[in-house]
Amino acid sequence: MIIDRINRAARKIPAWPVYIVGSLWAGWLFWLGLTGGLGPEPINTLEREYGSTALQLLVAGLCITPLRRYAGLNLIKYRRALGVTAFFFVLAHLTIWIVLDVQSLSRVWEDILKRPYVTIGMASFVLLVPLAITSNNISVRRMGAQWRSLHKLTYPAVLMGSVHFIWLVKGWPIEPFVYFGAIVVLFAVRLDVIQRMSRG
Amino acid sequence: MAFRWKNDLTEKDITPKQLWLNRRQIIAAAGASVVGMPALAQSLEPNTLSDIRSYNNYYEFGTGKEDPAQNANKLDTSNWTIKVDGLVDNPGDYSLADLLGGLSVEERIYRFRCVEAWSMVVPWNGVELADVLNRVGVKSSAKYVAFETVVQPDNMIGVQRRVIPFPYVEGLRLDEARHPLTLLATGIYGEPMANQNGAPIRLVVPWKYGFKSIKSIVRITLTDKQPPATWNLINAREYGFYSNVNPNVSHPRWSQASERRIGGGLFASRQDTLMFNGYDEVASLYDGMNLAENF
Ligand code: HEM
Repeated sequence: MIIDRINRAARKIPAWPVYIVGSLWAGWLFWLGLTGGLGPEPINTLEREYGSTALQLLVAGLCITPLRRYAGLNLIKYRRALGVTAFFFVLAHLTIWIVLDVQSLSRVWEDILKRPYVTIGMASFVLLVPLAITSNNISVRRMGAQWRSLHKLTYPAVLMGSVHFIWLVKGWPIEPFVYFGAIVVLFAVRLDVIQRMSRG
Repeated sequence: MAFRWKNDLTEKDITPKQLWLNRRQIIAAAGASVVGMPALAQSLEPNTLSDIRSYNNYYEFGTGKEDPAQNANKLDTSNWTIKVDGLVDNPGDYSLADLLGGLSVEERIYRFRCVEAWSMVVPWNGVELADVLNRVGVKSSAKYVAFETVVQPDNMIGVQRRVIPFPYVEGLRLDEARHPLTLLATGIYGEPMANQNGAPIRLVVPWKYGFKSIKSIVRITLTDKQPPATWNLINAREYGFYSNVNPNVSHPRWSQASERRIGGGLFASRQDTLMFNGYDEVASLYDGMNLAENF
């Protein structure tokens, strides 16, 4: 079966190439921005590319557990790499915003306080920081059960990231709502799992 | 009526004025660091045709900046007619030839400032709206002009997806509409208007945020009541009827104090936004009005 084949392949393919591919992708986008490949306004385009990639990777990370639970697909070993790479894209997103887009620290501060879509994006970032810092074997070992509770912060962080996206668009494009819907479904699936475990 | 506005943004005129402006800024910045100077970022050379045609907001063709360039080729501009109705002497369905024939088409190089805090400089070709209004005859009871964009659902992906309510509508006060700066544009750089720029005919009101400059017009209505405007209908708190470019009125989404010229690449610096987008000659239209309340 295809699932078994993927599982067998996954046992052979390590997780570190995720970081390599992530860095190459980020670098390639930056290069495109430098050389006109992102159109006449590369700053906003690059900012948006990094933001969407971050959100996509976080959603991918959320899919891992349900995939194992319901499809028997075991990709757990890639989850940390997906999460950490997502964090680096958020960091790149934030850096582009501060350095290339806003270009003024006082205005950065003003935007964080005054513009709700920025406030919630920043809140999401703040939640992701401790997760990124503790994404290493030593932390997992030292923190034990605490680590698992801490990493439940992923859920509010991803949800806030997607609300940030909904908040910043004008009109009613489909894309941000697709992300939001997917995240809500993934949450529901997760809660279902928890409930069944506590019942059983 | 044509040629009532002298174009001060020809490339010939701009360079010396720019030097003068920069010199003044150097004097003002004396003592301060030279690094922070806007210098060449403020140059007023028109954007390239490729910039102007590839970075657009035209939600009928999608919400991404590159969507209109990709999708607007479907727009059908053949046999274009504009319905002129309301408080006019000669209402009716006008072909472009009937509406514009014999009027002087001028080149006007205008700054174009989007509410999203980016800007371009565009060399438009068009006629003064005032001349067109005279041709159709405005009744003395009229106070406003309303405009409507074409809706071709089969050709417009954004309309199919209902990203905002359509048809897109906009309006001006009659004195704004009659101001010599206000154009009905039919071309850019001497070439026919590209579909994504609002072919075959669009409004250009350079002292207002870009969304006021409605595209692909199929209807012009003279009225005595303030007409609806699409973004104002969607979110009145964020988009006022006037929507004059005003660096002092902050928008909930974007600070309007500064803007980024399109075409400056990945390291383009920001420049200060000018009141009325630099068109001070319109200030008298708003004498006695509180522009923070009437934003
Ligand atoms: C750290 C604080 C953050 C700031 C200051 C910030 C700021 C921004 C800005 C200014 C934009 C572009 C808005 C526009 O073009 O009008 C944007 C877009 C976006 N951001 Fe963020 N953001 C932050 C965090 C995040 C996080 C944590 C995520 C994801 C989890 C995220 C995902 C996105 C997405 C998906 C977009 C839209 C991309 C698109 O249009 O395709 N952002 N953000």
